[in-house]
Amino acid sequence: MEILTILIPVSLLLGGAGLAAFFWALKTKQYDDPQGDAARILKTDYDDRPKS
Amino acid sequence: MSLVEEYDAGHVSPSACPACAVAPSAERLAQMSQPSHARLMLSLPTAHCAACMSTVENGLQALPGVQSARVNLTLRRVSVDAAPDVTAASLIPVLAGLGYEAHELDPGLLSATETDKQGRDLLMRLGVAGFAMMNVMLLSVAVWSGAGDATRDLFHWISAAIALPTVVFAGQPFFKSAWASLRAGRLGMDVPISLALVLASSISLFETFNSGHHAYFDAAVMLTFFLLGGRYLDHRTRAVARSAAEELAALEVPRATRLLDRVEEEVAISALAIGDIVRVRPGGRMPVDGVVTHGTSEVDRSLLTGESLPSMAAPGMAIAAGEINLTGPLLVRVTAAGRDSSLHRMADLVAVAESAKTKHTSLADRAARAYSPLVHILSFAAFGFWMWRTGGDLRYAVNISAAVLIITCPCALGLAVPAVVTAASGRLFRKGLLIKDGTALERLAEVDHVVFDKTGTLTLGTPKPVNLDALPPSVLGVALGLAGASSHPLAMALSKASDIAPAVLSDVQEVPGYGIEGRLDGKLVRLGRAEWVGATPAAQTATYLALGSETHAILFADKLRPGAEVAVAAMKAAGLKLTLLSGDAPAPVVDLAARIGIEDWQAGQLPTEKADFVKALQDAGHKVLMIGDGLNDTAALAQAHVSISPATALDAARTASDIVLLGQDMAPVADALRIAKQSTRRIRENFMLSGGYNVIAVPLALMGLATPLLAALAMSLSSITVSLNALRLR
Repeated sequence: MEILTILIPVSLLLGGAGLAAFFWALKTKQYDDPQGDAARILKTDYDDRPKS
Repeated sequence: MSLVEEYDAGHVSPSACPACAVAPSAERLAQMSQPSHARLMLSLPTAHCAACMSTVENGLQALPGVQSARVNLTLRRVSVDAAPDVTAASLIPVLAGLGYEAHELDPGLLSATETDKQGRDLLMRLGVAGFAMMNVMLLSVAVWSGAGDATRDLFHWISAAIALPTVVFAGQPFFKSAWASLRAGRLGMDVPISLALVLASSISLFETFNSGHHAYFDAAVMLTFFLLGGRYLDHRTRAVARSAAEELAALEVPRATRLLDRVEEEVAISALAIGDIVRVRPGGRMPVDGVVTHGTSEVDRSLLTGESLPSMAAPGMAIAAGEINLTGPLLVRVTAAGRDSSLHRMADLVAVAESAKTKHTSLADRAARAYSPLVHILSFAAFGFWMWRTGGDLRYAVNISAAVLIITCPCALGLAVPAVVTAASGRLFRKGLLIKDGTALERLAEVDHVVFDKTGTLTLGTPKPVNLDALPPSVLGVALGLAGASSHPLAMALSKASDIAPAVLSDVQEVPGYGIEGRLDGKLVRLGRAEWVGATPAAQTATYLALGSETHAILFADKLRPGAEVAVAAMKAAGLKLTLLSGDAPAPVVDLAARIGIEDWQAGQLPTEKADFVKALQDAGHKVLMIGDGLNDTAALAQAHVSISPATALDAARTASDIVLLGQDMAPVADALRIAKQSTRRIRENFMLSGGYNVIAVPLALMGLATPLLAALAMSLSSITVSLNALRLR
């Protein structure tokens, strides 16, 4: 049963990381245009460097 | 009491004053700090795909002065950051060149939807509740499958550490609204919800302290999660409707062209004063009530009165806000602006009608009103019974009464209505109908009498020539040659209607307010008003052609709105009574009623007569659906049980109605009636389903046989069934 002392914190930590990621996504307005984001990955005008 | 308030007001004002004085300078500072930056918003109703986004963004970014452009496909908008000299008016032709229809939006009116704070807040709480639910459930499953003594206590403690902060944070919307309803002396749905949350958490904490067997932490967080889900669905339906409604309002940027010392300037309508001179170009809408000082033209007052025939405007004649100038530029002296204009007086009429309208109690309200007292009585009865039965075992009795509250808690009830309304309004939105009010669907389902307006509602307000075949081609050629020179709606309809080559004419010129004249082989020809060309006027909309001494009448009929026949036929088939009420002259009304198949019609109706007609029907016990677009319909729209207006309607009419028809096609109205009936049935089914679970689970809880596992099962099963049932909507 000692394994619980590792598994429970690990499961909470992973869940917490997911929650933090959700908060970050929400704060950076990534849910404002779900339709646009779904379409944006299909854009054909590729570029090979990050937007400056 | 009033003394204290007065004292407070007096006390506060000196400290508030410095803030007032500071605010404008802060504003000016903000403007000065970023002079090279303006944000423009444009509506893009036709954008729909990934390629559209690239085309629009790249096209706009290639323009000088544009810093960035980003399309929001969900809202069908593009926001542009640009240098201050770039205006929306200069971007619209560029977008038109790219193949996209664009309209300027007033950013001031859109600020509310830009950042949907409340929605994000609910989503955040939903996320927290979801996280807590998953972890607590994980621990609870271990307890249910037989973890004993120390392990169980440890798991309960960890659950408590997760669940209690979650309930405090995520449950706030319920606590707040429960407190508000208690203070107002009502028992809303949120009171038993809050009571169940508080009781479940505190009982479980108490049990954990005393290493008890049952803890309801999982039930508390699950309840929070499901109910927040319902609350979020509810919020999103309303937010989508509100943002679309706001966009419609923001499309009309309220500006007027004022002439001051022979200099034209664009000002906001609210800045106009009585006595100002305003220029109204052909095609423009009158911003104010006034008197024409210069110019002659024709004005279309169909939005105000329902008349389909344009009337004359010449110096000295009065015009009203909302009329559309058709042919020549007009100078208008303002006689009433803002609050006093006829537009606003009509809005007051609406306010009166709306306050008189009996407030509709939604199905959810009615359910809550019956449900809340029942739940509380059951829970207290269980507490009393077990206190008596066990001879005063407080812990056992409180446990049972908490279990009753948790199991009966309207988890499914909280989802039952929002899930159906979201599914139904999403479906209708895709068909082109915007539901502005959540209870509109319920009210629509009860309708038994439909009242239509004619001009702009059943018809498009765009005329179509009907007797071209009766005219000899040579005559028609002359008419087309003249019509091609004008942008008057009748002339444009005439040019579009025939593909005969127009005759070659010389000296063609438009005489604003009268018509067009030209010369055919040196002979004067005229197309325009009857008295001007020397013809006898016909009863219906017509324009007249003079060729020397002979005259010809070209008759027009208003074009039927596409789908209007389908919608009317479907309503008849559904057994609804139909009435056509129009402000127009009898002849066109009879013609249209016969064409579309409505037997009951009345012409020449004044706005108050329309509202009275609807009121008389309602007093006789009928539920009236009013469909109209003009200012003259606005009072009737507000009076009716439920109302629909097309997107082309005036702002006031759209505000007064519950549902807005976004496209041109009217066929979705028939679908709306069907879907409304269906969704009301689904809501009732959902109430029965969640009630059914309670019928099984509540006796078990009352007998003291309920376990946290049973509560969790009943709750999740009933929530999932009602959600699935809502999705069955077709």
